[in-house]
Amino acid sequence: MKFLKHIRIVLSVIFFLPIFVFFIDFTGKLPLPVHKLLSIQWIPALLSLNVLIIGILLLLSLFFGRIYCSTICPLGVLQDVLTWKSRFFRKKKKKIRYDYTAPKNILRYSILALTLIVFIFGSSFLVVILDPYSIFGRMASQLFRPLVIWGNNALAYVLSAKGIYTFYKVEQVAFVPLAFIISILFFILITQMSWFKGRSYCNTICPVGTSLGLLSRISVFHISISESACTHCGACEKQCKSQCIDSETMKVDDSRCVTCFNCLSACKKGGISYNFRYKKEQVQPVQQKVNNSRRTFLLSSGAALASIAFANTNKIIGKKDPILSRKPVMPPGASTIEHFNDHCTACQLCVTKCPMQVLKPAAFQYGISGIMQPHLSFSTHIFCTYECTICSSVCPTGALQPLVTEEKKLIQIGTAQFRKDKCVVFTKEEDCGACSEHCPTQAVHMIPYKNGLTIPEVTKDLCVGCGACESICPVRPYQAIYVEGSTKQGIARKPSESKKFNKKINDFGF
Amino acid sequence: MKRRDFFKSAAIVGIASFFKTNALGSVLSGKEMAVHSQPDLVAVMGGEPAAMLVRALKELGGIGHFVKRGQKVVIKPNIGWDKSPELGANTNPELIGELVKLCKGAGASEVIVFDHSCQDWKKCYANSGIEKAVLAAGGKMVPANDESYYREVEFPRGVNLKNAKVHQSLLECDVWFNVPVLKDHGGAKNTISMKNLMGIVWDRGYFHSHDLHQCIADAATFHKKPALNIVDAYRIIKSNGPQGKSESDVVKLKSLLVSPDYVAVDTAAIKLYSQVRPTDLKDVRYIELAEKNRVGTQHLEKLNVKRIKM
Repeated sequence: MKFLKHIRIVLSVIFFLPIFVFFIDFTGKLPLPVHKLLSIQWIPALLSLNVLIIGILLLLSLFFGRIYCSTICPLGVLQDVLTWKSRFFRKKKKKIRYDYTAPKNILRYSILALTLIVFIFGSSFLVVILDPYSIFGRMASQLFRPLVIWGNNALAYVLSAKGIYTFYKVEQVAFVPLAFIISILFFILITQMSWFKGRSYCNTICPVGTSLGLLSRISVFHISISESACTHCGACEKQCKSQCIDSETMKVDDSRCVTCFNCLSACKKGGISYNFRYKKEQVQPVQQKVNNSRRTFLLSSGAALASIAFANTNKIIGKKDPILSRKPVMPPGASTIEHFNDHCTACQLCVTKCPMQVLKPAAFQYGISGIMQPHLSFSTHIFCTYECTICSSVCPTGALQPLVTEEKKLIQIGTAQFRKDKCVVFTKEEDCGACSEHCPTQAVHMIPYKNGLTIPEVTKDLCVGCGACESICPVRPYQAIYVEGSTKQGIARKPSESKKFNKKINDFGF
Repeated sequence: MKRRDFFKSAAIVGIASFFKTNALGSVLSGKEMAVHSQPDLVAVMGGEPAAMLVRALKELGGIGHFVKRGQKVVIKPNIGWDKSPELGANTNPELIGELVKLCKGAGASEVIVFDHSCQDWKKCYANSGIEKAVLAAGGKMVPANDESYYREVEFPRGVNLKNAKVHQSLLECDVWFNVPVLKDHGGAKNTISMKNLMGIVWDRGYFHSHDLHQCIADAATFHKKPALNIVDAYRIIKSNGPQGKSESDVVKLKSLLVSPDYVAVDTAAIKLYSQVRPTDLKDVRYIELAEKNRVGTQHLEKLNVKRIKM
């Protein structure tokens, strides 16, 4: 049954590579439909209530066990890659050898229960932090992608000095310290765990892994040891990255098995196999979980209540300039702040795909439970493109609802606030008009001021909050015009057409 | 032919080629003298963009008068906006394509086109149609989206703008053409040839916060003058400029203005534009300020202006 392992490896490469490349592709050359691969991730599918995908994943788990963990989950595959690579750093380049360990039930079920309870009480904080796909997305966007961009920029720098412009420089805009720190902490934790203990992260911390473990206890197919053929040599145990095979008692802990099939290749006697669970009328051993669950529940409830209190302290105390305490600007298609905060897992996919790089992971703009969820951060030349709908079309969790261009052009993600007393036309009595120049709807337009000067004026119901005006306003650090985010994204009035000029001009006029 | 005749004629040709002026060239080729009749400003109306360019250049001695074999050429259109050609927000792609073709035909070793766009530069390059036209004509599109492409340049004659970072390709080229499009403009009143210079510098914010008009006039003192300012007035934006909202902001004037003089060509453009939307030349303050900076003249009556209808 060695072919099973090969199939698993091929499948995991097929799932992993496109997702990985999609996250680090900064050129936008990769076709957008690749994001469809992401909708078959567990948490995104659950949050977007994608019944079809949930059904498929459920059936897969019920039939084959935790196949999601070993092939579909990018964080799982990443750990396999790390474990595999770690071989090159070990003495004698030997493969790591594992030993059976007891399951850390209290820890893993507490984390799962806590995540569920916090979510039911209305905060997706733990889901955001612990969804394995989103953890992978954050590592890709905060750690791997910047490295690739640096490489590209170095190359572009060298080549452009020689007049070759095949590569162009890309600004590292999406870097946000908090998101970076959280990503790197998870990276260290997961690298460390996978380096020495295989899939112990998936079996102790990951709530998705733990809940799939509950399913894989009853999956139709599972790994089992044949008592007649087993010689207790321990070869399978040494290969088991989940550390769930006990060769002495010849038991396999199904709840932790990620169906990687490494053990099948290890056994020379054919004593271990992947087969039908229900062929003999076996009596399932009484699950230990029952004993644990009550105390786990009590333990975690207390912790959950504490963290809810913590997560809801999302008021930012006002600072000097109102621009600093403005409401965050959500990406188009977020509809309401409640919907957005509850559904976004901060996977950073929209952040990496935003061609203007105006999307950035938030720090505390949405409060603690919205850490790393994307918001629009305007800076010079960086604002939301009027016709662009990429973020809403790639979102795998349904936090951003898909928009067509004509809808997007009317979605009010915020409204421009003009502060005349800061504007250069007022303070210096000089022409500027940069804001109006960049306004796609002319919600910001110039009206006569004095001495032939013109000054901006905002028609609020025309404004879509794209931030072009704020991005270009020369008044710094606090612009004379800025966008206040909408907590409920409304619809702007359609800009009216100007009067056509139909007279024929036949003269030069000079 | 005797040997001494051969030497004589060889010497004459040698001396003649040493002077290499256009006048001498036209004498030798039997054409009329071109020196005194060469206009300061050529205005063409009624044709297609490419045809009008060829016609205007004919008046100015042909492209060969400006581009020599082996030279590096830069063309700076307005590619500020992610808009299609029908909306008139960017320079006409046919005009740029034709100019690239002519430069290549005159033996230019390389023709580079760039603009420091206001929106997503890749989309601006693509949707303006300019990238396609340039590549098809054998030119090269160069990015201008990062500060590293710009080099510090002094503007000793500038009043408010004393130095700025200018795109390196412009500093390295032998000849360049400034090819703006005529438009209404929310801040500068109108954008023509001098306003187009804001696309060669990195920090435009400085312009907006240090008297926009003065800085535009100062930018025109840039030591490397364009061989020609070629103002595209095929489609102009009369309202809601410089982006425009829809095609109803666009007026088809089917015109082209060409001059090496920034001030003259901008003055002429305002007068042309005034027929669509009355504009006081005085309100476009940078024109007067540029004249004060001695980069050109507003007095079209003192110039040799050639008007051509097609």
